[in-house]
Amino acid sequence: MAPILELRGITKRFPGVLANDHIDLKLNQGEILALLGENGAGKTTLMNILYGLYAPDEGEIIIKGKPVQVKSPTDAIRAGIGMVHQHFMLIPVFSVTENVMLGEEYTRAGGVLDTMRAANKVKEISNQFKLNIDPYALIEDLPVGLQQRVEIIKLLFRNAEILIMDEPSAVLTPQEVEELFKIMHNLIAQGKSIIFITHKLREVMECADRILVIRSGKVVGEAVPSSANPKKLAAMMVGRPVELNVQKETAKPGKPVLNVENLTILAKNKKVEVDDISFEVRAGEILGVAGVQGNGQTELVRCLTGLMKAESGKISILGKETTHSDPREITELGVAHIPEDRQKDGLVLQSPIQDNLVLNTYYQKPFAKGIVLQKDAIIKNAKNLVRAFDIRTTGPGVPVSGLSGGNQQKVIVAREFSRPIKLLIASQPTRGLDVGSIEYIHRRLIEKRDAGCAILLVSTELDEVMQLADRIAVMYNGKILTIVDADLVTKEELGLLMAGITTKISAKKRKARKVREIVT
Amino acid sequence: MSNQIQKKEKIIREKPENLRQVIMGALFLLIALFIGFVFIRTTDTLMTTTFVMTPGGSKATLPDLVFNTRAALIAISALCAILGVYQLIKGFGKATNWILGFVGILLTTSFLAWGAGGGSINVGGMLRVAIMRSVPIVLGAFSGILCERVGVTNIAIEGMMITGALVGSMFGSLFGLWTGVIAAIISGGLTGSIHAMLSIKYKVNQIISGTIINIFTVGLTSYIVTKILQVAEWQYLNQSGFFPSYSIPLLSKIPFLGPIFFSHNMFVYAMYLLVGILTFALFHTRWGLRLRAVGEHPKAADTLGINVFRTRYLVVILGGMMAGFAGSYFSLGSLGYFEQVMSAGRGFIGLAAMIFGKWTPVGSLGAGLLFGFAESLSTNLSILRFPIPAELLLMVPYILTMVILAGVVGRSQGPAATGVPYEKESL
Amino acid sequence: MTKEPSPKKENFVNVFLEEVSRSSLTIIVLAIFTGFLLGGILAAGTTPEIYDAFEVSFGKGISESLKLIWETYSSLLMGSFGNPSKMIAAVASGETKALQAAFKPFLESLVVTTPYIFTGVAVALGFQAGVFNIGAEGQLYMGAIMAAWAGWTFKGLPPIVHVPLALAVGTLTGFVWGFIPGWLKAKTGAHEVINTIMMNYIAFNFSEYLIRGPFEDPETPFKTRFIEESAHLYRFFEGTSLRLHIGLFIALAVAVIIWYILYKTTWGFEFRSVGLNPYASKYAGINSSWVTILALSLSGAISGLAGAVEMLGVNFRQTQALSTGYGFDAIAIALLANNHPLLCIITAILFGFLRHGSRVMQINTGIPIDIISILQAFIIFFIAAPAIIRTIYRLKEPKPANEPV
Repeated sequence: MAPILELRGITKRFPGVLANDHIDLKLNQGEILALLGENGAGKTTLMNILYGLYAPDEGEIIIKGKPVQVKSPTDAIRAGIGMVHQHFMLIPVFSVTENVMLGEEYTRAGGVLDTMRAANKVKEISNQFKLNIDPYALIEDLPVGLQQRVEIIKLLFRNAEILIMDEPSAVLTPQEVEELFKIMHNLIAQGKSIIFITHKLREVMECADRILVIRSGKVVGEAVPSSANPKKLAAMMVGRPVELNVQKETAKPGKPVLNVENLTILAKNKKVEVDDISFEVRAGEILGVAGVQGNGQTELVRCLTGLMKAESGKISILGKETTHSDPREITELGVAHIPEDRQKDGLVLQSPIQDNLVLNTYYQKPFAKGIVLQKDAIIKNAKNLVRAFDIRTTGPGVPVSGLSGGNQQKVIVAREFSRPIKLLIASQPTRGLDVGSIEYIHRRLIEKRDAGCAILLVSTELDEVMQLADRIAVMYNGKILTIVDADLVTKEELGLLMAGITTKISAKKRKARKVREIVT
Repeated sequence: MSNQIQKKEKIIREKPENLRQVIMGALFLLIALFIGFVFIRTTDTLMTTTFVMTPGGSKATLPDLVFNTRAALIAISALCAILGVYQLIKGFGKATNWILGFVGILLTTSFLAWGAGGGSINVGGMLRVAIMRSVPIVLGAFSGILCERVGVTNIAIEGMMITGALVGSMFGSLFGLWTGVIAAIISGGLTGSIHAMLSIKYKVNQIISGTIINIFTVGLTSYIVTKILQVAEWQYLNQSGFFPSYSIPLLSKIPFLGPIFFSHNMFVYAMYLLVGILTFALFHTRWGLRLRAVGEHPKAADTLGINVFRTRYLVVILGGMMAGFAGSYFSLGSLGYFEQVMSAGRGFIGLAAMIFGKWTPVGSLGAGLLFGFAESLSTNLSILRFPIPAELLLMVPYILTMVILAGVVGRSQGPAATGVPYEKESL
Repeated sequence: MTKEPSPKKENFVNVFLEEVSRSSLTIIVLAIFTGFLLGGILAAGTTPEIYDAFEVSFGKGISESLKLIWETYSSLLMGSFGNPSKMIAAVASGETKALQAAFKPFLESLVVTTPYIFTGVAVALGFQAGVFNIGAEGQLYMGAIMAAWAGWTFKGLPPIVHVPLALAVGTLTGFVWGFIPGWLKAKTGAHEVINTIMMNYIAFNFSEYLIRGPFEDPETPFKTRFIEESAHLYRFFEGTSLRLHIGLFIALAVAVIIWYILYKTTWGFEFRSVGLNPYASKYAGINSSWVTILALSLSGAISGLAGAVEMLGVNFRQTQALSTGYGFDAIAIALLANNHPLLCIITAILFGFLRHGSRVMQINTGIPIDIISILQAFIIFFIAAPAIIRTIYRLKEPKPANEPV
């Protein structure tokens, strides 16, 4: 049987990045095809091309044997393609029915909405696929899991044959994920076909019919869950050639600097983001936090640095409780923070380098006397740091927006490292940087560690965590699954842990390891 | 674990509701006490108040309402107290806002009864004038609703109105009143299209765009008045006259209500019609659904194939036309000619009415009537026993709007994407 | 190694030049030019004689139009700066009276410029901290009337005490008028634009109440009392019709002080950081609620001071409330100055001179003074949407910031 959808040689280039490199893909009718890959592997780009949001540079899309042009979402909808976006495209103050029919409204004469007929249709779809949705409920009153079902109804309402689901489990609780898989199987049982984008290996093994592994914009492997080896898949997914090598001595951990006890953090919508975790970081060691994006790391870091409130639990830094401290109090304790989103949180882009270099110390001597800024001191500081940290610029008065990503990050590193610090919290410190800058920042982190600084390194880059960290904590779904010595764990095992699979480390090996604590 | 969290969530959600219940109950009781201590104590037992229920010149008559001032005040105070106690103990729940409005009416009534004690006040006439005064406010609010519902802030209602007023008068003088109205609507649409172009195409800050239009239109209209309309040989360009009053058969014969609501000129009836049309169009048609979607979540609308830019353009222009129509009321519905800055800030009160009415046509009508009543009442204050200054009363709409906006009395929030230019690339 | 510009001691000239080039001088000049051009076309298009001339011949029409535009703008310039030949003659003669008469337009323009400097700086300060103060008008109003109150209530004070006292009362009133929307924004998230608009109308009505009520002069209805002599601001040419007062220098001082605060102190650092990136400011430990409240309050205080200075230096009493337009024009002034307090001085001078000169223009040419508002609207229209200017004059898009790697 001919595949319902075929992609041939899809290539997409963004400035400086080859997001998709001649990707071929076939989707048969009635199957769930999983696209497995790390963040940034090019999965979402590929699906955005299929949904008409990006135009491919090369390649063609063939549906039911016929080549089609998909230039806009409208074209995609017409071709029977529907997409559930990672961030739901739902209007909170509208009802389910209104959201579903938007753009394809049921009307009577003169454009008058026939909400009742549309609601009946929604009800019908809901019953047919066992979705259990009240057509008249307001979206903002529904839990996330049900909102996702509304997104699915939106596609079915438009008679979509091919459903793309972009990281559908990212926002769901485990129970909701189970429900979602049931729904997906209902869908294929009735002839729909699904492309399921994820980086969670466990889910793929559980629900996909076929798996396509994507890495760095290329298809690197194909498998069927029944016969696949999860370890091999994990290696395929994260197994980019090791290109970075950091020389480092064994850590000599000192006294605990950061203590976290039973910390729980809720998001604004009361979703549990960090779930009752405890750990400590000692002077002179790097604790790496590995995990797939969106498993609570962002919230953990924001809470530790005073940018977000904890729901319960206790944080103390150097013996002083900081659970309710504001960012300045925490900074003044000798805590440095390299934020995850450097352009949003870490820099004032339109301001000159010299001002960004004193962004959190501008009020202290020697940069200010009373309330008067000491421009000479600020400029002198900037010149010193530009030299010491090798920031490539024509002068300290240049706005930071004019620097490359690597140099922007160096500005942050220079600012944070130039203070006497006891604890460094670094979140995705090398994301999006070139190899040279990555190497540079890694070296600096090790230097700080050797100088006796405690470092909490949060990264989704497994290689980075493995090379830099002395101990590694794996976060999954808001919990720390385990904390292990970095030397005694393999990449495959970490990959499985990141995917939420905890039972795969064999008992024999485990004995040999100094697994300090396991929190499940 | 998750149960615990759900419990917590419940507690967090319930708290403000309880607080609100207590605040409201206390407020009702305070009002009861205020009437008791301020109004009743300063009123003789034998004093009577006369409410004239028929606007001047009306044929449908209703006998004047003569009552004992003190007795009426005691009754009203007691009613407020009962409502307050009930609110404190059981609470009116979702009806609280309606009860609040009712208590507001009670307070106003008691104030009038007390103020006019020993004399009379023409309540009917005052309400009739309130309707007339509310027309530009309500229509201005409609303009605001259209623009903000589609995601564009419009502080240029004032400027669009003044344009409509001038163009209406000039075309009205030359080609008749109806042509004047149509020209005013078109001119409003033109200013609306400038706002649309600046804020949608050029992504200029929408407040700045509105400010530009306000400065420009006030300048241009005053310029034209001084340069042309005040010159003797051109004065015929500014003598449009205004639409005559038309009493609707039967309806205008209803005692009390008839003359107040159904004996006006075209603009008032247009306002009634537009409330219905706009409510229906916004909430019951495909057009309205798409419009609101664009204002709430343009990206979502875009992924479903709705053209965000085109929708915004069309609706902002329509909002301009509405404001142009509102403006023509000043010249063609009220004064009969154009005067410099004759809109006198009504566009901004319209904006306030829009917020007060929570971005709905019906709510804005209510708010507009309330603000219109404040204006109408302010001209009648001097005849009262204890005159409070009109200017202080005129401050009330603005203060109320700020209170509403701060979320003290029920939160009022506009469409989510208002004021944010849409960037297609950011998908 | 990287090259750095030689460290020069900063002076105002350098700051000006740097700012002018940063906000793209070409665009500003072209915007002003285009604004005046369109204003001229409007003036010609609304003058019946021009149509008569066009009926005679096209060339005649064009030449008459140009003549009219020339006359309009030259009398605008003469009205604002004075007649150059008279000025030269007066300087040559050296007579005080002749000098005063010749320079009167220039000096009077400075009087009109004074409140513009204040309000322009006030709005610019708000913009720098990320808040939009549309309420300068109301703050000015309240400042003026309360300064007037202080001006007549306290009697027998020496000017050295009375003037600062009255100014302080006006400033404080404006501060309160700005504080309210600032506090509401920081604590409840209520949008400051709506609230400052509402505060404007509360101010209009409240001051009207005061004028007709408690502050009314028993002898002249609908006007407040006159302020005491001791509260008058110092006038440089006392006893003549020249009204130039010390307020201009207060305004200049305020502009410099605000510039100093914004660019030279930790407060200013916080203001600008919050204005440019509230997230990074939070990360850096800056209390953005405090900045919002303080910025709007200070902005209100400056506008209040503007009203007070206008009261003590020019009006001496408040008559019935009528919109002065200073507060709304201030948005244009700040925008044109790219929110730089020192550049606000220049743009305020532009607007002040236009405003004063337009009176002479109306008398000489019959073009109403309202053309000034139209010119201003055109100018900010083009400043706000520079793409239009670029299209008209086929300018190239500015290069994106280069990335030295």
